Amino acid sequence: MDICAKNTVNNTVKKRGILSDYKQNWDIMLLMLPGLLLLILFNYVPLYGILIAFKDYVMFDGILGSKWVGMENFSKLFAGKDFLRCFRNTLHISIIKLICSFPAPIILALMLNEVKKLRFKKVVQTFSYIPYFFSWVVLSGIITMLFSVSGPINMVYTAMTGKEPLVFFADGHLFIGMIVGTAVWQGLGWGSIIYLSALSAIDEVLYEAATIDGATRWQQMIRITLPCLIPTIVTVFILNLSGVLNAGFDQIYNLYNPTVYDVSDILDTYVLRRMQSMDYSIATAAGLFKSVICFVLVVASNFIVKRVSDNELGIW
Amino acid sequence: MKSTEIKQMLTDFLIHLFLILLAATTVYPLLYTLAISLSSAAEAAIPGLHLYPKEISWSAYKMVLSNQEIYIGYMNTIIRTVAGTFISVIISSMFAYALSKKYLPHRRLVSFLLVFTMLFSGGTVPSYLLIKNLNLIDNRWVYILPLIISAYNVIIIRSFFESLPDSLGESAKIDGANEFIILFKIILPISKAVLATVALWVAVAHWNSWFDAMLYINDNNKQVVQILLQRIITFNNSELVKSGQVSKNMMEYNSETIKSATIIFTVLPILAVYPFVQKYFVKGVMLGAVKG
Repeated sequence: MDICAKNTVNNTVKKRGILSDYKQNWDIMLLMLPGLLLLILFNYVPLYGILIAFKDYVMFDGILGSKWVGMENFSKLFAGKDFLRCFRNTLHISIIKLICSFPAPIILALMLNEVKKLRFKKVVQTFSYIPYFFSWVVLSGIITMLFSVSGPINMVYTAMTGKEPLVFFADGHLFIGMIVGTAVWQGLGWGSIIYLSALSAIDEVLYEAATIDGATRWQQMIRITLPCLIPTIVTVFILNLSGVLNAGFDQIYNLYNPTVYDVSDILDTYVLRRMQSMDYSIATAAGLFKSVICFVLVVASNFIVKRVSDNELGIW
Repeated sequence: MKSTEIKQMLTDFLIHLFLILLAATTVYPLLYTLAISLSSAAEAAIPGLHLYPKEISWSAYKMVLSNQEIYIGYMNTIIRTVAGTFISVIISSMFAYALSKKYLPHRRLVSFLLVFTMLFSGGTVPSYLLIKNLNLIDNRWVYILPLIISAYNVIIIRSFFESLPDSLGESAKIDGANEFIILFKIILPISKAVLATVALWVAVAHWNSWFDAMLYINDNNKQVVQILLQRIITFNNSELVKSGQVSKNMMEYNSETIKSATIIFTVLPILAVYPFVQKYFVKGVMLGAVKG
């Protein structure tokens, strides 16, 4: 009885006013409250701090008390060599990462899909997820040992080629290669899960019919498997694209050193450095620049995908 | 007919070979680290594949375990992981439950506020200034409070709650139960799988977190183990880079064994529970694939 009463109240709530609506739903609102307050406190209150990107922030004067300078911080930012270098490096690293780490999990999922022994498949999957659960502090500890001049990778390399060992942590190209390689390695297994779940949803009948028609496994993959994966691929691509200015702070911060700053100094390390030297306004401006581009990218790519696919695809 | 069969077998063989190699790339680094950590300084100094230690030496572990700072860091990490996960799961599920009810006032607005946080953030400096103004610098709550609500986790729990039949809470409501009783007595007990998934993710995030500790904590008594590990590693690296080439200095190799022991010590809890909880981790990704 109560339920019916509540439903009718909800339907006519506009007429009875918002206060009685609150009163009616006090318990559910109270459940929401702690989460909502934390959400606002840690995600929306800081937005107010963005103001200092347009001010000459002096901690003593506070955010409101500091002087307005308009876009001056941004023009300073773009005039400095440092920032442009970081911007270039960020794009460089993240685009190479995107090209390498986007297709890799798809290929892995397709390979795992061909494996008929479930036990074997399971073991490979279990191992391939492991790096995903380690922090980059831990991973960098392991990577610096493996890639060091006297480490096992160089040992195999010198034994096979007879050349001098590779100095991964001092050569720009080698360093970027290592960054990209280890990033792909870390995310590969975990990234394949979403494709595997999409693969398991494909109707077996399609394959049976194709086999009867004489299609080879390769043809089945191209004609059945891949088309079924397209929605997942597009969704993951949008998510990846929105992160194009995230070159991987955790990874780079834990692996780089002054000899490779030239190629590995990125926007996030720039922001951190300026912040640590108390240039809060410049650091905020650089961070805001990054946030805005990310936002525009994800909204735009989602819009385009929705347009192209008649609202079938997209992340919201 | 024959040639296609051979082709088939060859493809299968190559796929299996590749997958074995892939699995090896994740197992070998761990084995190497474990072997170095159990080696004597002299043995660790010999370049090699180090699949296993020739003679087991516990000296590196003794050094690590007797280090007061690492011990304190480890305790702090455990505390933040346990407390942070517990609080986060409770508040997230309350939030998610409220959002799953169509009659929640301002439901659309609150949902929008939640999703928007995934798209835009103020950046590092505004967050830092907020933490400073809240007097959370050098306060252990800084580990817990900002991580309680994550849009992604709330959305996962909410989609699970939305998939439950409405009839579950209705009879209780007729008996006069309020939403608190329905959530904690009826809904949460049947949501263990999704809660376990989210709890594990939050726990891993807490265990691996280091950036917040680096920015907000200066007091060594409140530091986490990841930062201590980072200090050990960066110390080693700067030595490596300065010399350009690795010197054959015993001390340095000695610290290599300590570094390895600290790494093993840090990842041990994750590795210990990982085989048993793997399916929960994976389940969450499928749930997350549902549109936000």
